[in-house]
Amino acid sequence: MPVLTIHSAGPGVTVQDLGRPGWTAQGLSRGGAADRLALLEAAALLDHDTGLAVLEMAGFGGVFSADQPVRIALTGALMQADIDGVPVPPYTSRLLAAGARLTIGGARAGVYGYLGFVGGIATPPVMDSRAAHLTAGLGRVLVAGDSLPLGADPTPDMPPRRLDIADRCSGGLIRLMPGPQTDLFDKATVARFLSTSFRRDPRGNRQGVRLDHDGAPFGAASGLSITSDLIVAGDVQLTGDGVPYVLLAECQTIGGYPRIGTVIPADLPRVAQTASGTALQFTMMELAQADATAQSDAALLRALRQACRPLIRDPHDIADLLGYQLVSGVTAGDDLERDDDDTQG
Amino acid sequence: MPDIATIDAARDVAICPLGVDGVLVRFSRVLSPQANGAAHAFCDAVIDARLSGVTEVAPSLTSVRVGFDPAKTDRESLTRALSDLLAGVDDAEPSPRRLWRIPVAFGPDHAPQLAEAAKLAGLTPDQAVAEITAQRLRVLAIGFAPGQPYLGMMPPHWDIPRQSELTPKVPRGALVTAVRQLIVFAADTPTGWRQIGQSAFAVWRPDSDRPFALDPGDAVQVVAVSDDTLRDLQANADSNGGATCEVLR
Repeated sequence: MPVLTIHSAGPGVTVQDLGRPGWTAQGLSRGGAADRLALLEAAALLDHDTGLAVLEMAGFGGVFSADQPVRIALTGALMQADIDGVPVPPYTSRLLAAGARLTIGGARAGVYGYLGFVGGIATPPVMDSRAAHLTAGLGRVLVAGDSLPLGADPTPDMPPRRLDIADRCSGGLIRLMPGPQTDLFDKATVARFLSTSFRRDPRGNRQGVRLDHDGAPFGAASGLSITSDLIVAGDVQLTGDGVPYVLLAECQTIGGYPRIGTVIPADLPRVAQTASGTALQFTMMELAQADATAQSDAALLRALRQACRPLIRDPHDIADLLGYQLVSGVTAGDDLERDDDDTQG
Repeated sequence: MPDIATIDAARDVAICPLGVDGVLVRFSRVLSPQANGAAHAFCDAVIDARLSGVTEVAPSLTSVRVGFDPAKTDRESLTRALSDLLAGVDDAEPSPRRLWRIPVAFGPDHAPQLAEAAKLAGLTPDQAVAEITAQRLRVLAIGFAPGQPYLGMMPPHWDIPRQSELTPKVPRGALVTAVRQLIVFAADTPTGWRQIGQSAFAVWRPDSDRPFALDPGDAVQVVAVSDDTLRDLQANADSNGGATCEVLR
């Protein structure tokens, strides 16, 4: 069984999979990857038909090597990466040769990067999952000197693949659906919430992210006196001082702060990947519209696998690949020049 | 179907969306023994009904979330099935399946705010301990942290507010109180609830075969023990704080 060695690690490297569903009644939220879509993308690139355990890297990667050849894939936040100095573009799979050093740097766009291995990470499951759930005290952050068992790669010679994805690291318009407490907020407050431009605050973790805005705080009619009720990931909670938090994978299961709505699962990865200072705004969907966006992990993974392509173009030929297409929703890189033209015209 | 909530006027029950794969059935916005009992009775009924496409049924203090697989059923069908179940459910609180007896020390080393909390409830510390240990409590809900029980309800004079200032840290196993409820903390935590006792009982044991000790609806009897006895229990990791569990049904 191959062994992965962690030579150095950023402050938020953990093992994650799709989490532990089904324990809400016992107070444990599902947890799992902060950006579930990125985990499924890694599985697709590695030709898996289920989500597999990967490394989640919050903000910064690390230096890794394996003692046997194993194919890897990088997804999620855009992180500079190389294997013994040869760049590894994001959203590709490739071979990590035995003993080669994979170096993954800081996030240039997004927050959570994912490093997947063909055989998955093969640590012993706890309650049917390998995911660290930090707020519950399950598992822990990985540090230099740790090593992890990996599943074997039966066919390390398979050609590299790539997956083209839409940018989701630039904030933008996030779709909410109504929830059980939306009606605790009066219409004017909801309207102001939806017309407000928020910025992701630096304070945020796997439990939730805080949003900043200019202007008055958002209060619920019933204030602080409401009875605690069930929470799901995606809920937008307004704390006692009227500040919104979007709750993520490691949210508490019951809470007393009022919630104005729920970010739909299709948009939650964009919230998780919005870096500090990036702008976000919300729109409220009709319930039926929101329900129509539901997609199972299995269906999503099937579609992602179909979208994977052989990596034909040699990435060395594309000098600006890291800046290409994935950054900020801008495209050709000549925007500044065009802006200049506009100003001068 | 209305967007926000379907109201069952006769019983003031609301059926609301909670996520694209969930329905929340809420019996009241205000905690009462009746609303909690109704939520637990309904939770049992939904579990027993084995509705097609249902993935998870979880009760809270006054509501039940029914999770579903949108590939196997839809909100409208599920809401219809849940409405039918609501019509047939008795509001009476189901009798407890299990009775836990949990040793708690109320001595000065382990109950820093007992006198303060008792005074707010209009009691002496001895009277407060007598009331807590005389009552058969129920697990009203488990949540916030893994395995952490909300126990209640204490009599109305225990409706004491949370502190405005947080206590920076109360230890795992602490017994705390506010708003007619008691909690045994799952982990060291800051809190606005007042610490009135200390147990050596672990409600969350991730490494064990049974990671969560308590279930919603379980009965709990607090048993007063001396500080010395508690220290012995704390020193013996295998004792699980001296807690015992009797299966009632």
